[in-house]
Amino acid sequence: MSVFEYAPAPESRSIVNIAPSYGLFVDGEFVDGTGEPFKTVNPATEEVLTEVSAASEADVDRAVRAARRAFEKTWGPMRPADRGKYLFRIARLLQERAREFAVLESLDNGKPIRESRDVDVPLAAAHFFYHAGWADKLEHAGLGPAPKPLGVAGQVIPWNFPLLMLAWKVAPALATGNTVVLKPAETTPLTALLFAEVCRQADLPAGVVNIVTGAGDTGRAVVEHDDVDKVAFTGSTEVGRSIARAVAGTRKKLTLELGGKAANIVFDDAPIDQAVEGIVQGIFFNQGHVCCAGSRLLVQESVHDEVIASLQRRIGTLRVGDPLDKNTDIGAINSAEQLARIRELSDIGEAEGAQRWQPACALPERGYWFPPTIFTDVSPAHRIARDEVFGPVLSVLTFRTPDEAVAKANNSTYGLSAGIWSEKGSRILKIADQLRAGVVWANTFNKFDPTSPFGGYKQSGYGREGGRHGLAAYLKGADQ
Amino acid sequence: MTHVLDPDALPGATPAVHAPLPPYDDVTRSDAAFRAFLHGLPGVDQVGAEARAAQLGTRSIKTTSKAWAIDTAISMVDLTTLEGADTPGKVRSLAAKAKQPDPGDPSCPRVAAVCVYGDLAGVARKALEGTGIHVAAVATAFPSGRASRAVKLADVRDAVENGADEIDMVIDRGAFLRGRYLDVYEEIVAVKEACGDAHLKVILETGELKTLDNVRRASWIAMLAGGDFIKTSTGKVNPAATLPVGLVMLEAVRDFRIATGRQVGFKPAGGIKTTKDAVKHLVMINETAGPDWLDPDWFRFGASSLLNDLLLQRQKLRTGHYSGPDYVTVD
Repeated sequence: MSVFEYAPAPESRSIVNIAPSYGLFVDGEFVDGTGEPFKTVNPATEEVLTEVSAASEADVDRAVRAARRAFEKTWGPMRPADRGKYLFRIARLLQERAREFAVLESLDNGKPIRESRDVDVPLAAAHFFYHAGWADKLEHAGLGPAPKPLGVAGQVIPWNFPLLMLAWKVAPALATGNTVVLKPAETTPLTALLFAEVCRQADLPAGVVNIVTGAGDTGRAVVEHDDVDKVAFTGSTEVGRSIARAVAGTRKKLTLELGGKAANIVFDDAPIDQAVEGIVQGIFFNQGHVCCAGSRLLVQESVHDEVIASLQRRIGTLRVGDPLDKNTDIGAINSAEQLARIRELSDIGEAEGAQRWQPACALPERGYWFPPTIFTDVSPAHRIARDEVFGPVLSVLTFRTPDEAVAKANNSTYGLSAGIWSEKGSRILKIADQLRAGVVWANTFNKFDPTSPFGGYKQSGYGREGGRHGLAAYLKGADQ
Repeated sequence: MTHVLDPDALPGATPAVHAPLPPYDDVTRSDAAFRAFLHGLPGVDQVGAEARAAQLGTRSIKTTSKAWAIDTAISMVDLTTLEGADTPGKVRSLAAKAKQPDPGDPSCPRVAAVCVYGDLAGVARKALEGTGIHVAAVATAFPSGRASRAVKLADVRDAVENGADEIDMVIDRGAFLRGRYLDVYEEIVAVKEACGDAHLKVILETGELKTLDNVRRASWIAMLAGGDFIKTSTGKVNPAATLPVGLVMLEAVRDFRIATGRQVGFKPAGGIKTTKDAVKHLVMINETAGPDWLDPDWFRFGASSLLNDLLLQRQKLRTGHYSGPDYVTVD
């Protein structure tokens, strides 16, 4: 093809030792679960990486009791500055073992090493550093004169950013004096288990962090356990709804970070080349397995053709393949189930009359793969304009005026994020004000920072994570 | 594109000097029209451009790709000496190196050109006779460009007469920053005419233009005026060839070819000192303008110390170990 082919540049996987089997992490010890063990595979090759214990209801109960003991005996009474020290120590260990975490994350999740190395792991460490700083300053957070922790937090996280979502959940909970029982996703438990090792390395008191692996049943046991004071969930709207039902009428405090169908709005006065970059970053980052992905491109009609031509040219340079290759831009789809869903929705898009475009790109034979895809001629009535695909699939809609852009952007049952591209500052401020979305990016997309609160409107959930607002979710009496 | 009502444009008025290629043949009809056109080009978001350039810099180029990239980069070097102290002897020594960059390895490719001041173009021409290596000369009151147009044109003609087949001119940055875009354009057109058959590289001196929006506008002026190459810098001003500037200029040559069908070359110059820098540029060309530009006819490095680092890395790939500065020749 090109005269300049890039030779394979794989990151070595020898830095990671994957044990033949893993137990749960309860009360500071690795123990076997009593549920049916399950296998976790490398989605890029379908190779079985290892076998992992599943936590039964009884296992979850032990974990919650360990967390309660730690909350009452060690972590709760501890001087806040000392809690901060542990968090700083964990943050530094994450940095020291960054390569190990990055390689393991790419192996288990399928995301390109460029992203796990440059985004997931550094951001996870940043979340611990940021919250470590808050640990002894909570009375100055504007959340009341002497904010108190809630107790035991039950946390359930998704497979798209396994370590990063763990950090989003564990760091604020610990900084505010809570203890946690965390359930990682069934398809991506490994970095959470490596994190458990880091907790031991940091001499974190037993029971402060407990990790229970397993599928939906384990998650349900965590959420429904009577002695859990706080439930935090990130994942699909469907599961979020059932959690809200289960928690309704209990004392439990709840935050839900659910799906999204973000509008990425490109005005005709946008910096086109950077907007195209932002569109790519918005939808193809992490194979589109991002709840805040810019999956609906709203482009002003007058620049539609120019933007689409540029976008197609740019997509042609994306490199799909081995997640461990440092030059890979798009890795593997996380599971066969997710791949099936992406295929199904794409086929529906075509059947409904949208135009599918995919670059010529060879996909590996084994593993779960889907090429970067754009649909043009999409109408707001099409399912690919409404349903969350959670894959590398972009739906392109057009608008003529700013009012129409806002109306179409807000015409969604979700409201997690949005993007605006324009060189005109006054326009950006005005439109951002009118968008019903938790995060609005201007001339950028999918940028995250621990200091910035994140969360949704409507069916994208409630509660905020990150920043000062995120602390409130783990403190008594503090409204978010 | 934004078009404003332009009171100076009379119907049927004769176009200024040489009209640019369609579809842009009317944009230089007046100062106001040209300004409206240039300011109607899509803006450049600096943060985004810098992030993209940095991301391209993380490509990992190893083994066979690296070997290809090093040889390609060597064949794209405009080996340059632009000092007040330059002498015929210095230029002959540079020419000898251009012909045979690595005396210990005849398989090493030659560089693309030798770049000197106009008065020494004859010396370079004689030393490079029959090699196919081009002789580039800087002209138009290089590096400041602060002289009358007559002097600049005489400078160009003199260099061409001395044997230069490539002319590296500087644009009038003063005129550009005052918003006198048509003056900048007309001067490039005049220089191109004075070049005759010689190729014209237009130096924007991006370190003085400062903003990436200005870089994009100046690139378009140079391309519309008939420049064969656009070049970042003289090498006398810092910063010179940065990656974000290169990115914007490569987008410009790419967009210009899509619109007009004419391909314009790109030459970053100044500040590219290591093989790593050079490889980053090749990656950026490959993924921005496209592989059509990965050719010495369309891409050059304006550099002097870069060549030795390329040669050291080349030896390293061949032998498996690093040598030292005494294993490559001094210029």
